[in-house]
Amino acid sequence: MKDKDLSEIRSIIARHKLWDFIFMILGVFVLMIAVLTFMALFSHMLIDGMPRLSLDFFTSFPSRRPGSAGILSAWVGTTLVMLVTAAAAVPMGIGAGIYLEEYAPKNIITEIIEINVTNLAGVPSIIYGLLALSLFVHQLGFGQSILSAGLALALLILPVVIVATREAIRAIPVVIREGAYALGATKWQTVWDHLLPYSAAGILTGVIIGLARAIGETAPIITIGALTFIAFLPPSPIKPDFPFISFEWLMAPFTVMPIQMFNWVSRPEEAFQINAAAAGLVLVVMTLTMNALAIYLRYRMRKNLKW
Amino acid sequence: MVDNPAFAPMDEDSAPDISTVRYKSEVRNLSFYYGAFSALKNISMMLHEKQVTALIGPSGCGKSTFLRCFNRMHDLYPGNRYVGEIILHPDNVNILSRSVDPIEVRMRISMVFQKPNPFPKSIYENVAYGLRVRGVRQRAILDEKVEEALRGAALWDEVKDRLNQLAYNLSGGQQQRLCIARALATDPEILLFDEPTSALDPIATASIEELITDLKDKVTILIVTHNMQQAARVSDYTAYMYLGELIEFDVTDTIFIKPKNKQTEDYITGRFG
Repeated sequence: MKDKDLSEIRSIIARHKLWDFIFMILGVFVLMIAVLTFMALFSHMLIDGMPRLSLDFFTSFPSRRPGSAGILSAWVGTTLVMLVTAAAAVPMGIGAGIYLEEYAPKNIITEIIEINVTNLAGVPSIIYGLLALSLFVHQLGFGQSILSAGLALALLILPVVIVATREAIRAIPVVIREGAYALGATKWQTVWDHLLPYSAAGILTGVIIGLARAIGETAPIITIGALTFIAFLPPSPIKPDFPFISFEWLMAPFTVMPIQMFNWVSRPEEAFQINAAAAGLVLVVMTLTMNALAIYLRYRMRKNLKW
Repeated sequence: MVDNPAFAPMDEDSAPDISTVRYKSEVRNLSFYYGAFSALKNISMMLHEKQVTALIGPSGCGKSTFLRCFNRMHDLYPGNRYVGEIILHPDNVNILSRSVDPIEVRMRISMVFQKPNPFPKSIYENVAYGLRVRGVRQRAILDEKVEEALRGAALWDEVKDRLNQLAYNLSGGQQQRLCIARALATDPEILLFDEPTSALDPIATASIEELITDLKDKVTILIVTHNMQQAARVSDYTAYMYLGELIEFDVTDTIFIKPKNKQTEDYITGRFG
């Protein structure tokens, strides 16, 4: 090759590589905006709220005096609502995902259902709140209760769980699925013995991401009619006498973390703003912990799957 | 087109001891459609009991499609249609009939795939899975059957001390023999192989071929291969397919030494394909 050609090729490569460089700079810049914004918000909340965090803050009911107000009813409410949400959304979502992937006939009706499920993920959460208000609170008579709130949030994250389940099942190689069928397994045996265990990591990740989204939702909970000030806990699920378990708490009025925050932020007193920051800090840590758990579980459970 | 080759009289001197050979299965006028596309056209041939039958032909000729008719694998996907019959002896049942449950067919006819596809479970659980599907629960029976199958697949000595390890820790050739053991554990009547060595190195390939030759004492074998030498080495009968049609079916020696059909000869001698 002549020297002149070679130098020309080199200049072309250099010019093309310039684009690699430009894109990299752009990518890092955009990423920094996102990360730094979150870091700024988080550290602001940390600085404001951290001094307020103490055991008392977790074990006190809301109060008119900011210094003695706490988030007991809020975090208990959030935990119980999440329990209901998980208990409703996980079996329904996984069931629907399995049905659509393995059982549903490939026809126009299935396709319409699939498009609907995907679109449900984009419906504003307040709409779910309105649906829950008329269906759960009034029609079914569950009232302004933990049950109604949990079911509303379950509807909200259902599409997330369904989509995660389908993606996870689809990631299993065709030859593994065919291998099970070739041995004479029925659909259910294939699902139960193979597809579910091998997709568990993906499904679990979807469930946790969904719950992490639900935990911060405020609009549908307000629509249902959560209280903003509540100075008692729902009845305990465990009882001293037979049958030891009670479901009265399902029907109890409640509040949740974001609503408690909203309530404090709207107060004129400066001291309540600090309470709000502290509660926000707790909420963010709860969400981040759930996401970290999802990442850890995904890593742990995928170690044995090499395909 | 040639005369229906399956019913052509057998070449007496090259036929392997015809007096003792019986038919395990008869394919009668089988056509197969992926939607409107006709992938198999009017195929008729025999599977001789406890013999190895090889399916050869260029890519896309329908040999894998044909193989997968035998365990109704096509039923897993919508829009597929069988026409014609595959009769399974001795009970004379048409396994393609709508009244026959594909799961029942798969319990009688096992399959080994192109790429080793062990489940992400232990070696033991891989082999035992077919038995578990059939409702076997007693540990003693499972243990016995798993050992028998692993011995049958010439894998026992290599894995007997690590049956509880993950199957993915085995080499590619070992994984494929594990899949053969998995298919053998349920005592199938026919064993289907879909290009079983195409993902393996030559040494692993040789051990699988040796195994196939050993297995024909116990089970009728149908093997798809893109490797003509492999067909010549392991099979007793060979079918040459082209564009969904069965061009020639005969004793392997006849196919490779003096094929009756010009197309077969061209393919065998490498002038085409």
